[in-house]
Amino acid sequence: MTEEQDNRPPKANSTWRLLGYLRPYGRYFSLAYIAMLLGTGLNLIVPQIIAWAIDYGLSEGSGITLIIAGAIIMGIALVRGVLGFTQRYYGEWLTNRVAYDLRNEFYNAVQYQPFAFHDQSHTGDLMSRATSDISESERFAGIGLMDLTATILLLVGVVVAMMLESVPLALLAMIPLPILLIVTIHFGMTVEPMFKRIQEQMGVLSTVMQESLTGIHVVKAFAREPHELNKFDRENNEWFDRRQGLIKKWANNWPFMTFLIMMSVFLLLWFGGPKALEGEITVGALFALISYALMLNTPVQRLGFLVNLAATAGASASRVFEIMDLPREVVDRSEALGLTDVKGDVKFEHVSFSYRDGLHVLADVDFHAKPGARVALIGPTGSGKTTITNLIPRFYDATSGQIFVDGHDVRDLQLKSLRSHIGIVLQEPFLFSQTVKENIAYGRTDASMEDIVAAAEVARAHDFILELDNGYDTRVGERGVTLSGGQKQRIAIARALLADPRILILDDSTSSVDTETEHLIQEALSELMKGRTTFIIAQRLLTLKHADCILVVDDGRIVERGTHEQLLAEAGLYRQIYDMQLKDQEEFVALQDRMAPEAGG
Amino acid sequence: MTTKEERTTPEVEELSPADKAHIARDAREARIRQLLRDDDELLGKAYDSRLVKRLFTYITPYKNSLIVAVILMTISSLMGTAGPAIIGFAIDKGIRAGSLDVLRFWTLVFLFTTVAEWLTNRARVRIMAFVGTKIVADVRSELFRHLHRLTLNFYSNYSVGRLMSRLIGDVGVLLDFVTWSITGLFRSVFNLVGITVAMLLLSWQLALVAFAVMPLMLILTNYWRDRVRQAYRATRQRLALINGYLNESISGIRVTKSFSREERNFQHFDDLNLSFFDANIQATRLSALFFPGVDFIGALATALVVGVGGWLVLGDALTAGTLVAVVLYVERFFDPIRELAQRYNTFQATMAASERLFELLDLEPDMVDAPGAVPLPQIQGEVEFKDVSFAYRQEGRSVLKNINLRAEPGDRIALVGETGAGKSTIIRLLSRFYDVTDGALTIDGHDVREVTSDSLRQQLGIVLQDTFLFTGTVADNIRYGRLNASDEEVLVASKAVGAHDFISRMPDGYDSEVGENGSNLSVGQRQLVSFARALLADPRILILDEATSSVDTATERIIQRALDTLMEGRTSFVIAHRLSTIINADQIIVLDHGRIIEQGTHQELLARRGRYFNLYTMQWAQQNRPTFSVN
Repeated sequence: MTEEQDNRPPKANSTWRLLGYLRPYGRYFSLAYIAMLLGTGLNLIVPQIIAWAIDYGLSEGSGITLIIAGAIIMGIALVRGVLGFTQRYYGEWLTNRVAYDLRNEFYNAVQYQPFAFHDQSHTGDLMSRATSDISESERFAGIGLMDLTATILLLVGVVVAMMLESVPLALLAMIPLPILLIVTIHFGMTVEPMFKRIQEQMGVLSTVMQESLTGIHVVKAFAREPHELNKFDRENNEWFDRRQGLIKKWANNWPFMTFLIMMSVFLLLWFGGPKALEGEITVGALFALISYALMLNTPVQRLGFLVNLAATAGASASRVFEIMDLPREVVDRSEALGLTDVKGDVKFEHVSFSYRDGLHVLADVDFHAKPGARVALIGPTGSGKTTITNLIPRFYDATSGQIFVDGHDVRDLQLKSLRSHIGIVLQEPFLFSQTVKENIAYGRTDASMEDIVAAAEVARAHDFILELDNGYDTRVGERGVTLSGGQKQRIAIARALLADPRILILDDSTSSVDTETEHLIQEALSELMKGRTTFIIAQRLLTLKHADCILVVDDGRIVERGTHEQLLAEAGLYRQIYDMQLKDQEEFVALQDRMAPEAGG
Repeated sequence: MTTKEERTTPEVEELSPADKAHIARDAREARIRQLLRDDDELLGKAYDSRLVKRLFTYITPYKNSLIVAVILMTISSLMGTAGPAIIGFAIDKGIRAGSLDVLRFWTLVFLFTTVAEWLTNRARVRIMAFVGTKIVADVRSELFRHLHRLTLNFYSNYSVGRLMSRLIGDVGVLLDFVTWSITGLFRSVFNLVGITVAMLLLSWQLALVAFAVMPLMLILTNYWRDRVRQAYRATRQRLALINGYLNESISGIRVTKSFSREERNFQHFDDLNLSFFDANIQATRLSALFFPGVDFIGALATALVVGVGGWLVLGDALTAGTLVAVVLYVERFFDPIRELAQRYNTFQATMAASERLFELLDLEPDMVDAPGAVPLPQIQGEVEFKDVSFAYRQEGRSVLKNINLRAEPGDRIALVGETGAGKSTIIRLLSRFYDVTDGALTIDGHDVREVTSDSLRQQLGIVLQDTFLFTGTVADNIRYGRLNASDEEVLVASKAVGAHDFISRMPDGYDSEVGENGSNLSVGQRQLVSFARALLADPRILILDEATSSVDTATERIIQRALDTLMEGRTSFVIAHRLSTIINADQIIVLDHGRIIEQGTHQELLARRGRYFNLYTMQWAQQNRPTFSVN
């Protein structure tokens, strides 16, 4: 995906587009912003009232003025409280709602990406877009933008209010403001790349930690703990340096911002004080000016953050939109057929396939599998066996040629109905961290408990499931029990059985299981294949011997086809493979045939 | 997204859809609670002094820096707190008294405090940047080191994903806390005290008037505290659910697609997402009430002070400047309270995170070196199990019973038997991932318990089923076997196992990146690299757990040959899957339920027509691949 980053839409567009997510919630948006506007205005009035109370109430000795001032302050506070609640509540509401919408949209964008996308993307990268990038975007679209607006308004308001008090003194007090703005914006801008560098380093550090823990067997086997700790220390120290650098920058800036505000107050006292002394301005006015200057302290400190947030939000949002904008998986044609009562007839006519990079994977593949046929695919790694099987459920679309299921071009069929008739059992099955029951019923959520148990029994999984702590209700994965490779495989077979597809795609190799389990898996697989059109990526002689047709694939082409005996006679690639790899199994196949009746099946 | 309309919050709905939304929400929350059942995060105590004390032990090494920081903070707070008083003096003693000199004096004092506040704050933040970041680096390092001391037993129960969320998520929470919250807490408390004192000194009457609002403040805080704690916890839990589900959806996308489950998955995701949204709104409502509430109480105090103070000023019991100063203080008085409240969530999260971290740090390794353990000298490779029995500590069920077994240097021992027969346990005892419960295991006559486990493992070569490669170049990965090996030696090792051919065909040869967990290499290539790695380590004893993963014919042939090279001249213990390995073994050990039931060479055992004969005929018959070395 890195190549695509260069031509992604510019940041500014992303920022606007992000703000577009607020549009459906115009009512809440208006409420929040009106509350914010009124609140800011009120804040500006408070020093005026106090100044008025000081000047008139105290100087003229009128007690009633004080009571009125107190009452007004209370009244304002009450209104401000209501406004504050409205602003905060609806601001956060918008923040969370934008997050909710972005997350849902992102989730579906990822779900409906074609296989080709998932072949290339990294889970870690997608996760970081879904988490930190979305949260950065939501914060800006909701509270961030509102705070930024409020801060700017307050800044302008304070300047205007000060001007109204006394133009010369206001100008005096504003001397530090330009420096302040420059420092703030500069800070916001320089801190962003520093922050990014810390994040990057955190990524490096995570990788080192994750690898070391994932490969802990190897680390311990070679007694390489010191080496791993060294690697870790190096990255951890680098992280420390970078982060410390950021905070130093921070330390250099924000106390200085407060200092600049205080310099305003100092200037007011130094030059305004004598004026008040001479009676050119009132004490109340001086007080109000000082109050206004102090009022800037907190917003100015926030301004640095907000400028920074605004800068990063655009970049973050563009990373989120980048995924959303990718073309989705093949969409059904409007007249697409729903497939019912499939017989399982599969036909490839002159099918070629190449990935986006133009590299040829399949060339002119042509075959016909009748319902219930068992088709074995054999050939070297990378020859295109898996690609052939991936084209049937339309995980990819053929570049040229046609694929028919029961006489329908697969592109004329509704994707969902096509896939619901195809079952796939891969070499490394993936289970979800749900209960065993839910995993088996993954393809047919309405299945009854009897159906589930029946499928598990046929898949030779029932016995070990019962031995688990909570039987079928045991959760697997992250927070549940860890299943062995062989157990996972059998649950995956039960899952496929329960879905009862007419067409089956499977891999008859099983990795990393002991002989006994392997035996069980083989039994389960042969149960699964009964009465279904089956495509097997074959490793075993027995599978090949029982196949109705063997397709020998080499370099994207079917170079030989026929039954085991026919192909042996041909003395081609199959014969070579047989001689090198399969022949030795012959003796045992015979032995097994002989032993089978004795052992009782 | 059609369901979105009926799912928006009830406030904007008509009555009957609102009820519907309510019912939908209750059902949804019931489902979510199911998922939360076995969640990590318990509510725990709001403040756990045990945890806080332990957190502070990490600060001890930087005690001096921290003291300096606290002193600096005290100064800056004093300076900051003094500000309004000085402005008050300038107005009263200067302007009102009509003395320009006094005005100038206090103005300069103000300038001085401002500069002092600036510089002390700067210094303090820098110190805390160092200390806070350092502490977090320390905690992470301690945890990481600790994890490497734990045995493999631990790793079979604790997924890497969860460990990573400790190392990154929980440590990150701590980072927030130590960098900002420690001094923040100090400062808030100090400011609160400082402002209180300043107000009392300026005018105790006015101070008391201002403090009259405190009962209101207490009521508000109490109402808020427990509720917000629950609410934030709910949001954290739901976020964890969302992220977990998202991660899994991405990893399992192929299964999802093949079963066309996208819509259902989206429904579930939407449930989680909406529940998170609701939880957030709940938390928001609480804070949206609290902070304006604090502001309102603050304004009430200001109003009271202005009213009462003004009356006092009129009665000449108070100067106007004092009143101004007190008003400024009242406004500041509520800042630390707001700040403390804002840190409350961080504080809660820190408690939860540190509890999980300490729990992990408190796990004792299952096995540590004996106090008098000595390094194992260079060995020949003679291994003997004498009456070895073993039971896992937690379960108590014995896994191995009375194992007697002797391997001369250079012997090949094949271990066969069903799952759970004890093959892997024998290998684990030999690698000393566990200690025997009874009997003794000796290598060259040394009891393995009397030598350090590092020195033992350095002379063992362990090649496991799932070959793991580290991100880096091919050469780096081979060199993992012996870090100081020369390029020459790396080359020799890779040639010996037949890996050189494919490596030299790669774009950058030995400097090609293998990718995350070797993803740029095929299964077979990964195995070959791991063989080269083991060969380079040149161990006297080789422990091998054969994999039977699918590789193409040519690779399988090379792997067979590589295995032979690897085992040549070394004592080898192999959990055997390949027929060739079994047949060529000097001894085949047939295990059943933790006992050795048969022992001998292939021919001897076949002749016996016992368990081995059965296994051989029933199982390996169909599953084994090339056996060209069998003649």
